[in-house]
Amino acid sequence: MTTSASALATPRAERASDAESPAARPAATTGSARRSLPVDLRAVGRRFGERTVLRDVDVALRPGEVVAVLGASGCGKSTLLRAVGGLDAGHDGRVLIDGDPVRPFDERTAVGFQEPRLLPWRSIRRNVALGLPRGVSRAEGRDRVDELLRLVGLAEHAELRPREISGGMAQRASLARALARRPGVLLLDEPFGALDALTRLKMQDLLLDVHAQTCTTVLLVTHDVDEALQLADRILLLGADPHEEPEPAREGATVSRLLDVPGERPRDRASAELATLRGELLAGLGVDAHEH
Amino acid sequence: MAEATQESSRKVADQGRHQTGGTGRPEQAVGTHRSEWARKPSGPESAEESTPRRVRRIPGARPALGAVVPLILLLAWWLVTDVFGLFSSVQLPAPQDVVAAGVELHERGELGQHIAISVQRVLLGFGIGAVLGLAIGSLLGLSRIADTLLQPTIGAFRAVPSLAWVPLLILWMGIYEDSKVTLIAIGAFFPVFTAVYSALRHVDPHLVEAGRAFGLHGVRLLTTVQLPAVVPSVFSGLRLALAQAWLFLVAAELIASSMGLGFVLTDSQNTGRTDRLLLAIILLAVIGKITDALLGLVERRALTSWA
Repeated sequence: MTTSASALATPRAERASDAESPAARPAATTGSARRSLPVDLRAVGRRFGERTVLRDVDVALRPGEVVAVLGASGCGKSTLLRAVGGLDAGHDGRVLIDGDPVRPFDERTAVGFQEPRLLPWRSIRRNVALGLPRGVSRAEGRDRVDELLRLVGLAEHAELRPREISGGMAQRASLARALARRPGVLLLDEPFGALDALTRLKMQDLLLDVHAQTCTTVLLVTHDVDEALQLADRILLLGADPHEEPEPAREGATVSRLLDVPGERPRDRASAELATLRGELLAGLGVDAHEH
Repeated sequence: MAEATQESSRKVADQGRHQTGGTGRPEQAVGTHRSEWARKPSGPESAEESTPRRVRRIPGARPALGAVVPLILLLAWWLVTDVFGLFSSVQLPAPQDVVAAGVELHERGELGQHIAISVQRVLLGFGIGAVLGLAIGSLLGLSRIADTLLQPTIGAFRAVPSLAWVPLLILWMGIYEDSKVTLIAIGAFFPVFTAVYSALRHVDPHLVEAGRAFGLHGVRLLTTVQLPAVVPSVFSGLRLALAQAWLFLVAAELIASSMGLGFVLTDSQNTGRTDRLLLAIILLAVIGKITDALLGLVERRALTSWA
């Protein structure tokens, strides 16, 4: 199709620039509006009652980059992601998407949840269509859904109901639904966490394909160090404040480290360089890496 | 004269046996299930999956099997009454006597009237109760304010055994149709209300959040996520309500009426006509089952598109 072909051919810098403000609205035309938006987190925190879960998160996501958020269970990874998606209005600090504050259920973002969360009474095709932004014409919507179903390899199964497909397929449908919005920022909350190891590796490759085609900014929450190393440009490790070593002075997780991951994707899962980084990250997560 | 009546009643008894046992309730019920099975794996891809099932199934086997127990019961009834004479006709009349009673009532033009008025009362009461149950259940299920404001009141009304309303309804509305239909509506209201209310309260919050995350809100969120999610519960509430409607119909007609199947029950009790009494019970079973099966058909259509 011409739209996807031209999107593929468009260099990343150009795409970032056509994502400038008014054009950043969901394009109602069939234009190749592949968008990648910058995200700016300023002193973002979250308290639940007396308990501080997250505090002072300052990080800037560049358009089109993949940032993985790693952290121990319950450290506020998902909370951070929900703040960026506008799913949680109760956070402190400021979240700016493309310079504008995030809105509730912001239409510039799309979320892939840990569970597929497909509507059980709708076919896969109609579930994916749920992600289409409003104002997309019927014909264009159908084309886009078809294209996405092909992209995630579900074209053959488009008419099935969610209960008739496997967990991996459901997660692919969920990813397609998120992409149907043409999000400037794709938010993925442990999307492959519930899948078996082999399916997870395949899904990681699929996500890289998708990213190569759409070039959207991706914020990926994961607890899997290898997944982060395989997919991310940068890894944000949530945890204790390194400036307060050895004893954390305050409750709540913040940016413990922000690392660049070397190498072009797809990366060799067995490379020595990544192994060193994996050891560091595991140590940062409080896990003994058992190095010989 | 007596011989002739018996002769004809025997013939009718055969027909009647066939009707009540064979085509009455079992086929309706089984028909529903069978089609449900055949439809369950939807979509073209699952066609191969359902083929072996279709091959294994002998056509008409399920309705036939469903008819076995009613036929055995009918046979046993016939044996203990007509053949062995273990009961007097006041205790337990023979099946053909019950059919004869039905024919007699029919010939006097009363049977159709009794059935029609009862069905009319049930349908009206059920309709009113179900619509109110759906409306108020949705309101309280979706709106926190309405819930806080009204839930205690409705809960208190629900705590009143519905038959306790009878004297008051008769006092207010007299013994005519209004009071009966109102009582049936009260009986039908609460199952529907409870089903809709609690189903809306328990719609998977993950799905609702996903809907919101993809830009749905207000009416679109309601029609896209919340209502389809509660369709199965709503139908189980409706079927319960229909059973309740029949229950309250008999209650209303037992207390004060001059027509209807409940009236046939009390009237036969007073006049010692056990055959008519049994006739009324069998008619209630058959008509109740038919209305339930019809609702089941609607339910099945709704579930294939929503669940």
